[in-house]
Amino acid sequence: MNNKDLLNLIDITVSFEGFLALNKLNLNLKKGELRAVIGPNGAGKTTFLDVITGKVKPTNGEVIFKGKSLVGRKEHKIARLGVGRKFQSPRIFENLTVKENLEISVTTPKSPLNLINKSIKDEQLHEIDRLMKIVNLAQKVDSKAGSLSHGQKQWLEIAMLVGQKPDLMLVDEPVAGLTDEETDLTADLLKSLSGENTVVVIDHDMEFIRRLDSNVSVLNQGTVLCEGTMETIQKDKKVIDVYLGRPED
Amino acid sequence: MSLNKIKFDKKIVLSFWIILIALIIAAPTILPVFRLNLLGRYLSLSIVALGVDLIWGYTGLLSLGQGIFFALGGYCAAMYLQITSSSEFPNNIPEFFALYGVEKLPFFWEPFRSPFFTFFAIWIIPALVAGLIGFLVFRNRIKGVYFSILTQASLLVFFNFFNGQQKLINGTNGLKTDVTQLFGQMVGSESMQRIFFWITAILVIAAWFFAKWVVKGRFGNILIGIRDDEPRVRFTGYNPVIFKTIIFSIAGGLAGISGALYTVQSGIVSPQFMTVPFSIEMVIWVAVGGRGTLLGAILGAVFINYAKSLVSEALPASWMFIQGGLFILVVTALPEGVLGWIQGDGPRNLLQRFGLKRKIETYPSLEVNNKEGNNE
Repeated sequence: MNNKDLLNLIDITVSFEGFLALNKLNLNLKKGELRAVIGPNGAGKTTFLDVITGKVKPTNGEVIFKGKSLVGRKEHKIARLGVGRKFQSPRIFENLTVKENLEISVTTPKSPLNLINKSIKDEQLHEIDRLMKIVNLAQKVDSKAGSLSHGQKQWLEIAMLVGQKPDLMLVDEPVAGLTDEETDLTADLLKSLSGENTVVVIDHDMEFIRRLDSNVSVLNQGTVLCEGTMETIQKDKKVIDVYLGRPED
Repeated sequence: MSLNKIKFDKKIVLSFWIILIALIIAAPTILPVFRLNLLGRYLSLSIVALGVDLIWGYTGLLSLGQGIFFALGGYCAAMYLQITSSSEFPNNIPEFFALYGVEKLPFFWEPFRSPFFTFFAIWIIPALVAGLIGFLVFRNRIKGVYFSILTQASLLVFFNFFNGQQKLINGTNGLKTDVTQLFGQMVGSESMQRIFFWITAILVIAAWFFAKWVVKGRFGNILIGIRDDEPRVRFTGYNPVIFKTIIFSIAGGLAGISGALYTVQSGIVSPQFMTVPFSIEMVIWVAVGGRGTLLGAILGAVFINYAKSLVSEALPASWMFIQGGLFILVVTALPEGVLGWIQGDGPRNLLQRFGLKRKIETYPSLEVNNKEGNNE
């Protein structure tokens, strides 16, 4: 662990009635890093996000974020500390408009009193405009989020994530169900976000991960199997065995 | 938001209000006293229905225990009326105490000597009780069916408690208000009932505006967010527990006001206000009127209750069947309630089904609002 790290997961173990979803997982993230996490089904990718965001309490181990322990904190407190999450299938508020969805995400402070008493700040409205332009939803401001196409929903959720201004963005399968073109745009968007933000992307679309051009952590059976660039891990024997499959001889 | 799909012309809105106000002023002269009193009662029930709409229609919390807060408001009002009208009874305490040999007023009655205290107690006490119950339940993340069962269980606890406390609040007999005095007049008298009707009408409108204010904007959007996807709200940094507690408390306060108005117009408050069917009926009014529409809750409460009294006068035994049938009809055919159906283009779709109207070929927003679109 060193001071430049934004997040340290130390020996995280999650046991669901004896089944080890995560097993002594260690992972460190530097500030501004873009990190891809891959692994076969059941490797513990989503549980790994659940632990960071407070949805699942680890049986053992520590999560240190910006020098503070996250273990035992409530989800909304962790979110306010600066951890944002995008879910696997788009989780947006379908009965609200695109703008209302983004309002929810950019509003601070997130207290009832602020929401009921005051109108939204101008700078937050500008932020919403900016976000809608980034994700090409400016035409859809007042459409119900439920009427958007799948790809637009994915992007709206990414925009909501960015609007939260988190220090750490956890993005779970952002390109599931997207067209190739949309996938490329999403990869570029995520790349442009890193640097200022720290981004963790979980996916198993290899083309997409390659396009991210980032460090990759491979999870298997609840633990980190291997870390490195795409090139390194593709050559790693253990990874080939469990995940990529042996190239045909 | 889904509520205001139909945008009304300003003139229409204005004339609607003028007609409404004229009707409220004229009602006491048009309607016979008996009917006026019934209308006043049903209007007061629409306030509790507004609360149900806020917690169920908007926030997704199906409470089957609103009767608790309704009855608490009623008891607060009745205790004040009883105690201020007890000067000629033994020990200067309400008459019923003598039946059980109670000579000293129970301590919690004392503050109800003050009209000022009572005025606030009617809505603050139910709101506080609701807030407390709500906080404990929501903090433990009890949701959905479990929440509904828990509220119904609480209702039964309150019902049994109030039913058994003869020496404190006259138990199962309840507290009568119609023969008590308020400002030197009999509460049950015609002139007082007319005033109560007007107060009720004004408070229904005030409660409606208040509810609209609560759900408009970002606060209301968070409520809808909690209804549709609570974990997502959490991960965005909001604490749903606080929001749910606040809205449940507001609904409790509205129920209290509703109960007090209902009590003074029906002449008695008793543990019957806390029976299980009554609290379920409140949910039915909102379901039939239209969840998440506010206006639907008011219309549902007034019309169903009016229908109930008309049907019961003509065919005494059949109301329960009609009410049950109405509920089944709404659940199966009009899940959004009557008002929701109207707002959601229901009538046009129905006409199309019978071939009375041309089908739209693309999106409604393109074809039906074409004129609007061209102007922009």
